[in-house]
Amino acid sequence: MQNENTARLLKQGAIWGFIVLELIFFSVAGKFLSLSDGAFMDLDNMLLLLKQSAPIGIIALGMTIVMINGNIDLSVGAIFALSAVILLDSMTWPIFEGLGDWVIPVSWLLALATGTALGALNGLIVWKTGVDAFIVTLGSMLGYRGLVFMYNGEQPTSNLNWTLVDFAEAQPLGLHTATWFLLGCTAVLWWLLNRTVHGRNAYAIGDNREAAVNASIRVGPHMMINFMIIGFLAALSAAVFYSESGSVNPNDGSLYELWAITAVVLGGTKLTGGRGSVISTFGGVIAIQLLRKGLGYIGADTETVNLVIGLILIAVLYLDKQLNRKGKEELRI
Amino acid sequence: MTTESKPALRLSGIVKTFPGVRALDGVSFDVRPGEVHALLGENGAGKSTLMKVLAGIHQPNEGAIFIEEEKVVMRNPLDAKAKGVVLIHQELSLAEELSAAENIYLGELPRKSFGRVDWATLYDRAGGILKRLNCSFGPKTIVGDLSIANKQMVEIARALTVDAKAVIFDEPTASLTDAEKVVLFDVIRDLTARGVGIVYISHRMDEIFTLSDRISVLRDGAHRGTLITKETDEDEVTKLMIGRSLDLTRNIVAGELGPVAIEVQGLSCGKLYRDVGFEVRAGEVLGFYGLVGAGRTEIAETLFGLRAPSAGEIRVDGQAVTIRSPGDAIRLGISLVPESRKEQGLILGMSCKDNMTLPQVGDLTAGPFVSDGAEIAIFDQYRDKLAIKTPGWRQAVGNLSGGNQQKIVIGKWLSMQPKVLIVDEPTRGIDVGSKSEIHALIRDLAKQGYAVIVISSEMPEVLSVSDRIAAMYHGQLMRIFTAAEVSEDSLVQAISGIGAGKVA
Repeated sequence: MQNENTARLLKQGAIWGFIVLELIFFSVAGKFLSLSDGAFMDLDNMLLLLKQSAPIGIIALGMTIVMINGNIDLSVGAIFALSAVILLDSMTWPIFEGLGDWVIPVSWLLALATGTALGALNGLIVWKTGVDAFIVTLGSMLGYRGLVFMYNGEQPTSNLNWTLVDFAEAQPLGLHTATWFLLGCTAVLWWLLNRTVHGRNAYAIGDNREAAVNASIRVGPHMMINFMIIGFLAALSAAVFYSESGSVNPNDGSLYELWAITAVVLGGTKLTGGRGSVISTFGGVIAIQLLRKGLGYIGADTETVNLVIGLILIAVLYLDKQLNRKGKEELRI
Repeated sequence: MTTESKPALRLSGIVKTFPGVRALDGVSFDVRPGEVHALLGENGAGKSTLMKVLAGIHQPNEGAIFIEEEKVVMRNPLDAKAKGVVLIHQELSLAEELSAAENIYLGELPRKSFGRVDWATLYDRAGGILKRLNCSFGPKTIVGDLSIANKQMVEIARALTVDAKAVIFDEPTASLTDAEKVVLFDVIRDLTARGVGIVYISHRMDEIFTLSDRISVLRDGAHRGTLITKETDEDEVTKLMIGRSLDLTRNIVAGELGPVAIEVQGLSCGKLYRDVGFEVRAGEVLGFYGLVGAGRTEIAETLFGLRAPSAGEIRVDGQAVTIRSPGDAIRLGISLVPESRKEQGLILGMSCKDNMTLPQVGDLTAGPFVSDGAEIAIFDQYRDKLAIKTPGWRQAVGNLSGGNQQKIVIGKWLSMQPKVLIVDEPTRGIDVGSKSEIHALIRDLAKQGYAVIVISSEMPEVLSVSDRIAAMYHGQLMRIFTAAEVSEDSLVQAISGIGAGKVA
């Protein structure tokens, strides 16, 4: 039992160990290879890294709860883009003209409502049709992206509100606004997964669906709630990011679903559900962002970065499988 | 024990039919508070159906269920649990990544405001139940880290979250060690001391005689009698179980026996089976009889290279061999017709021909392409040889009857020219008419000089096809009976572990 506890802790800690390794590697390698003079572990650099982790990080948190539940959501990138369009465009709608800067919370709410509603639609289809979430959200990924293009064609949707930009660029207590949102969401989702009946049931459903059904847990509604949560978080991620940038291209957010899944898997969440933690996902997000930044710092280009991240992902899953082998008695494949 | 008190649970005249089968035919049965009532029967006698009726999974077509003499209808397992009847499944139904406490109260987690889990209450209650069961682990332990025996304790603990009147154990010791069994029996005795009625389903005669107060025997869906444990013995129970005056004349004419085709010595595979030794000659059928989980299929999987043995030697044609993969096995002339036709034996959407030639399609080529002609030639040959009824080679295998599907699998392996053919549960899910046809086919194959190993859980089947019968109990090869020695009583006793001595 002691061994198993240690193994469990080791696994949860693995992602943090990996992050430490990255920090050491890039600090040392940076001394020889870096083109810039600044140290890699410079405070401003690290704060920026956290801020840049936020858009995918917030989505990855939602992906964690959906994957723990035994589902997956491929439509988050499209929800991200559509919510951003709603956020920026609604601020220019004539009906809100008299509101002044009060249009900001209204637009935020509209964007968040959009994301939640799109997530709810995903969840409702998965629940009522019983079609696999992979297929349902693959379809809605295409569909929602189609809506983005229908809205404004190939044109970017832009609207820069300086009050909003100030808000997004603020650094209360040293951390960027986006970082605060990332940390806040991590805390709330951790609480939700570990402290509420809904969270524990989400684990149970992903772990052993039949046992959950036998125990009268209503699987469908729990799944739908989780899809609403990830939809909400995708919209929140968009709201935070585009408050600052003020312009969204119809292809923005493409592949975000895959980056989010990568972060979740690196964090040790089981693809089949039942096991995972948002804290580890947070680690996974940081690890990916560190790799990107670090490889850039030592002079690698984007293509190399993607190649390395891909290789590391496969290596991590291979290690995980080796650690989980049942021993010699298992059937050979 | 207390014969006067009214039964905790009583069934009266339960009839349950499935399309084409009368699974339960007017079964009446009761369990009193504080009593262990064992339920016995061969595979297919109706035990599982009865249990599912008791637990509210199936609704009976006729008859009534009474709890403390009050008529009840159990709509589903939760309803049954609420009324005080709990089923402990043979296959555990637990969420492995969650704590013991969460599993015990799965679906009924105590709540606080804002949908929060009331952990204090949860751990307190679950801890209390685990303590009552004398469990060595706490409520916060992750279930996946527990041994199978302790997982079973968690399952049992679930029964105690309500005021259970009757608890049904379905083959609870199937995967337990002897030491773990002792603990389980203590728990059961403790439950009875608290006035809970226990229905104990098992195949294992020794356990039943240690534990039970009364024994009821089911055969062919009907209740054949209830015996007081103290006043009966194993012979009487065995007779009641077999009952039928068997019209199974063992008209096996032993064919010409050739040389030893395959020989196994001291073969072991971890906990699955230990120190198994046997030989099969060309022209002979060796039957393996035993309960589900006795290790028979695992031996077959080892011989076919699917499972690595932990010790022992396999000789094929007198040569010691190492079989690392099914490819190795096929090259050595060993073929396996697996237990589960639809999951392991066939690709249901593919045509008869494609299924038949699957293992050798790489050799049936003309240049870089698969040769339809060569494939069809093989298909035609074995269709005629095995009398497979199919509209044509294009037919998807999924559309054939069970018997013909099985023949396709057998044909597939015969076409690989094996010396040793292992057939695991040859007639599972096959109707009676085709059964005898498959049996005749197996005899015929032996006559043609194949060494055949048949694994079966049905006694009539092993008796009617085998020259010799190996009886397995709990991973041990108890005895190999020759045709002259074998009797139904001795077989039942061998596979129930009677005379097994102490199993380590």
